[in-house]
Amino acid sequence: MLKNHFIKQLFNSFLDLVPILAVVFVFQVLIIKQPIPDVISLIIGTVFVVFGLALFVQGLEQSFFPLGESLAYAFARKGSAFWLLSFAFCLGFGTTVADPALIAIINETTDIVSQANIITHSSDAKMHYSLGLRFTVALSVGVAILIGVLRIIHGWSLSYLLIGGYGVVLVMTLFAPAEIIGIAYDLGGVTASTITVPLVATLGLGLATTIKGRNPMIDGFGLIAFGSLTPMIFVMAYGAIL
Amino acid sequence: MIAWLIHFALALLATCRDILPIAAIIIGFQLLVIRKPLPNPKKTLIGFVYVLLGIAFFLEGLDMALFPLGKLMAKELTSTEFLGISPQDQLATWRTYSWVYVFAACIGFATTLAEPSLLAVAIKAEQISGGTIRAWGLRIAVSIGVAIGIALGAFRIVTGIELYIFIVIGYVLVLIQTLFAPKFIVGLAYDSGGVTTSTVTVPFVTALGLGLAQVVPDRNPLIDGFGLIAFASLFPIIAVLGYAQLAAWLSKRHLSSKP
Repeated sequence: MLKNHFIKQLFNSFLDLVPILAVVFVFQVLIIKQPIPDVISLIIGTVFVVFGLALFVQGLEQSFFPLGESLAYAFARKGSAFWLLSFAFCLGFGTTVADPALIAIINETTDIVSQANIITHSSDAKMHYSLGLRFTVALSVGVAILIGVLRIIHGWSLSYLLIGGYGVVLVMTLFAPAEIIGIAYDLGGVTASTITVPLVATLGLGLATTIKGRNPMIDGFGLIAFGSLTPMIFVMAYGAIL
Repeated sequence: MIAWLIHFALALLATCRDILPIAAIIIGFQLLVIRKPLPNPKKTLIGFVYVLLGIAFFLEGLDMALFPLGKLMAKELTSTEFLGISPQDQLATWRTYSWVYVFAACIGFATTLAEPSLLAVAIKAEQISGGTIRAWGLRIAVSIGVAIGIALGAFRIVTGIELYIFIVIGYVLVLIQTLFAPKFIVGLAYDSGGVTTSTVTVPFVTALGLGLAQVVPDRNPLIDGFGLIAFASLFPIIAVLGYAQLAAWLSKRHLSSKP
């Protein structure tokens, strides 16, 4: 039974990958008109990707989804908003501050900023800037999950919060220093990692299911949305203050 | 073989390091605040190991097969030989790069379909909506959004139009859509916008942006390479909201056309 399920999942994962393979083949062979280099490692790599994706989904369904739900249920039953909110903040802050994708893009950013003479070339100034940026982004994601959970508890309208938030982003875009805008928008995009997303999403949905008067479809989503919104605001503010 | 094993072990170790803060926070709160044992500790632990191994295999496979090829193709497509122009050629217009836009759209679409975070959100959306929202339908709508976003982003790098003009127009459109879209889709649409740009899409897209910025005259690869990711998170929101609005409009028309 479990084996059958996993084989089916393997097949699904393969289907997920077919479009990439098709694009790569069509462009490389028909348009660029070059042979595919290193076919063997392409095949082995594809097998790895398919296997890894299937294993990931299996683990999500067996572990992450129930865990997120049981956490949401436990916090709702405990009835302490303080602990729930501190958990939300820690989850956002803790998963972002050590995120390797974020660190990579911030290091790149720091080089650009120092080349543009916004900060001095000394490694001390660079270190200071990149650390500041990292904490700014982590703080913003922590605040985002906190606001998102607070919204689910109180049943605030997601549309108005998002419209307000993006309105702030738009206004800040008009006044922020030009160099920081692209960076701020890109940093908003990278904050959702493969491990954080399933947990945060199930936490929100679990809370919206458990708390009376909330509709999981309307109230449960939106935590990740705040997680991409607040970094833009915080980073542009950081750029303006410096 | 041994070199490969070491490489894989390092990838696994890196994934462990990513998961560590989350595990620490959950265990900490579980022990200190909730103070109740997990309902199914063994199953949960095995599932964690599956996720760890899954991500490690996934990344290792991408590193071996698709990333090098994707980067090579981005380089070939933006090379002066393929485009048939010389670096001093002032006659090159935005039309010269038409294959680049097609490639950008195709690769944006295909990589988003394989994005694990989007898969997780789509599975959850299908469960919660009781099947009204199909996981596949959502993923295709998001992928179309990313395809349009990346193609437009490539067009922007070629023409050199300011980033903020696109962004401002795009977000104003999203805000107007948010006001009029069916309420149940708003959260899901914004969440899908946030998850499109993680593991698979970003490396392909940055390679393309960097290649383009290097070959187009008067572009700074360090500055103009930015912004593609922003496009890839903005346009899926528009696509998903638009899809829901279209579906609502069609069913309304269908109802009112009945006597």
